[in-house]
Amino acid sequence: MIRLENISKVYPMGKRKLTVLNGVSVNIERGEMVAIMGPSGSGKSTMLNLIGCLDKPTSGSYYLEDKEVSRLNSGELAQVRSQKIGFVFQSFNLLPRLSALANVELGMRYAGGVDRRQAREALEKVGLADRTSHRPNELSGGEQQRVAIARALVKNPPLLLADEPTGNLDSHSGEEIIHILTSLHAEQGITLVMITHELKIARYCQRIIHFSDGQVVKEEKV
Amino acid sequence: MKRWFEPVTTAWLGVVTHKLRSFLTILGIVIGVAAVITLMSIGRGAQQQILSNISSLGSNLITIRPGATNFGGVRGAVGSGSTLTLEDAAAISEQIQYVDTVAPTYSTSFQVVVGAQNTRTQVTGVTTGYQDTNNLKVADGAFISDYDYQRGAKVAVIGSNVKDTLFADTDPLGQQIRMGNYVVRVIGILESKGLSLVGSADDAILIPLTALQQMSAQTRTSRGDHVVSSISVAISDDKQATYVSDEITTLLRSRHQLGPGVDNDFNILSLQEIASTISQTIGTMTLLLGAIAAISLLVGGIGVMNIMLVSVLERTREIGIRKALGARERDIWGQFLIEAALLTFAGGIIGVGLGWLIAAFVNRTGALSTVVSPDIVILAVSVSVGIGLFFGFYPAWNASRLNPIDALRSE
Ligand SMILES: Nc1ncnc2c1ncn2[C@@H]1O[C@H](COP(=O)(O)OP(=O)(O)O)[C@@H](O)[C@H]1O
Ligand SMILES: [Mg+2]
Repeated sequence: MIRLENISKVYPMGKRKLTVLNGVSVNIERGEMVAIMGPSGSGKSTMLNLIGCLDKPTSGSYYLEDKEVSRLNSGELAQVRSQKIGFVFQSFNLLPRLSALANVELGMRYAGGVDRRQAREALEKVGLADRTSHRPNELSGGEQQRVAIARALVKNPPLLLADEPTGNLDSHSGEEIIHILTSLHAEQGITLVMITHELKIARYCQRIIHFSDGQVVKEEKV
Repeated sequence: MKRWFEPVTTAWLGVVTHKLRSFLTILGIVIGVAAVITLMSIGRGAQQQILSNISSLGSNLITIRPGATNFGGVRGAVGSGSTLTLEDAAAISEQIQYVDTVAPTYSTSFQVVVGAQNTRTQVTGVTTGYQDTNNLKVADGAFISDYDYQRGAKVAVIGSNVKDTLFADTDPLGQQIRMGNYVVRVIGILESKGLSLVGSADDAILIPLTALQQMSAQTRTSRGDHVVSSISVAISDDKQATYVSDEITTLLRSRHQLGPGVDNDFNILSLQEIASTISQTIGTMTLLLGAIAAISLLVGGIGVMNIMLVSVLERTREIGIRKALGARERDIWGQFLIEAALLTFAGGIIGVGLGWLIAAFVNRTGALSTVVSPDIVILAVSVSVGIGLFFGFYPAWNASRLNPIDALRSE
């Protein structure tokens, strides 16, 4: 599903260069559930953004479903994002003026068209059938993250990427989120890549990739 | 929800979430459009009013008067008439197409006496066709009839001013007016109508031309033709005014034996031509005023651009989210462009409403008549939308070019 070959990402900082990813090679199989762990600033988010086609590597190749996407232009990357990738962020990133339902509909907007019934079903799946018309500021953190998951999954993408999805939540809400994610993975066979700081959460995954200073330092099966 | 509708609803949401700001943004457009609509409606109103005034004088009227046109020019052969004649009128009537009625007049001054009133004034001898050609309406009594004309009856039709000066306290109908050695009886009073091409009908004393010929020796040309003061020609088709004018000019030049290069010895005036000249002039003035008002539209457009730039900055994170969800550059670009166009479209509509109200109010005051015509409304609204698209382009392009990661990190 995902094949990263010797990926590096370098940011020019004035005269010096900042190497954030330094020769990362990672394989992730279809249907796998993988956690990425590592200290802050080690380049985890940068790598996840590359996997999510939000960014391009400075060098190296990235194959998504055996197609090289590291050379695509921004329009083609947008196309890939709309069709194949669902994102869940640490800070939820819902549009504050839209209802929960409208936020979920937004997930379909650029992926072929809005279907309200489907959006409702997605909210039902995350247990928010009775919160459709709530605005984000009328929802708890856990509920907001569940809306975000519904938004990411409503278009049925093969790949779900989550950047510290429980990072802003108390442990109880965090558990709820991880239960939703694991059951989605189990029921729909979705490929799931998740950054987390909590070992307890990472243990739900099949594999943990440890990151440090822009490099993969250890991979372990759970 | 239909797909094409989604960008519009998104844009509309952007507009209504900042109601006050949106309103202030489009205020420039509103004022600009209202100014354009008001000024143009006043211009159009003036145009229509003048045209209807002119056509009330008879838009199908052509008037020919003898003209002192040979300043320093060479006069034609001896004996060529330097003035218009009854015979010219007859020739026009017989030889030129589209001519309905030809009404020659002959004016001369008389010592006019009514009771104690005694003035020297102009009396005009007319034919029965004069009423038609000059669009005269009789307020009281009757106009000169064919019968009066044929027997040279000593009867008069007077204008409203004449009635007021000569018959201040009495009903003039049936009263007698002394003109020199003759006495004429008033048989009709004209409705007041203001200025006309052949002097004000309100000041006229009209008697049959045949009567006038008896009362005063009519001047004759060296050829023996009867000199007239003017010839009014009514034509059957307004659109042929220029053609008929040209034909009359050719005919009269040949009758008066004017060689090439010699100026006309007559003046020919067509109301239709005057009307179209005036109408054109006012049209140009109106456009000019509208263009000046349109400058405020331009200023309004710059205001829209300013706010759109701020809006893009403010919604950087939203743009990042949309991009992460798969929005392409043109989706973002379209969203902001539609939002700008929607803003100015709303501004245009409100401006039209406001302009309409002002125009109606101006109309009410009675000072000026105004006409809001649909073409101006359509033009004003489409220009506003165009301004939105033009000034929204750069901010929208800016938004679409944002890097999704940077956009997501903002705030
Ligand atoms: N646009 C950028 N320009 C320069 N440096 C960046 C940029 N984005 C990220 N970085 C740097 O890259 C490093 C890794 O960031 P990140 O991938 O977010 O780390 P993590 O998610 O592992 O905490 C950080 O030191 C960060 O400062
Ligand atoms: Mg991070």
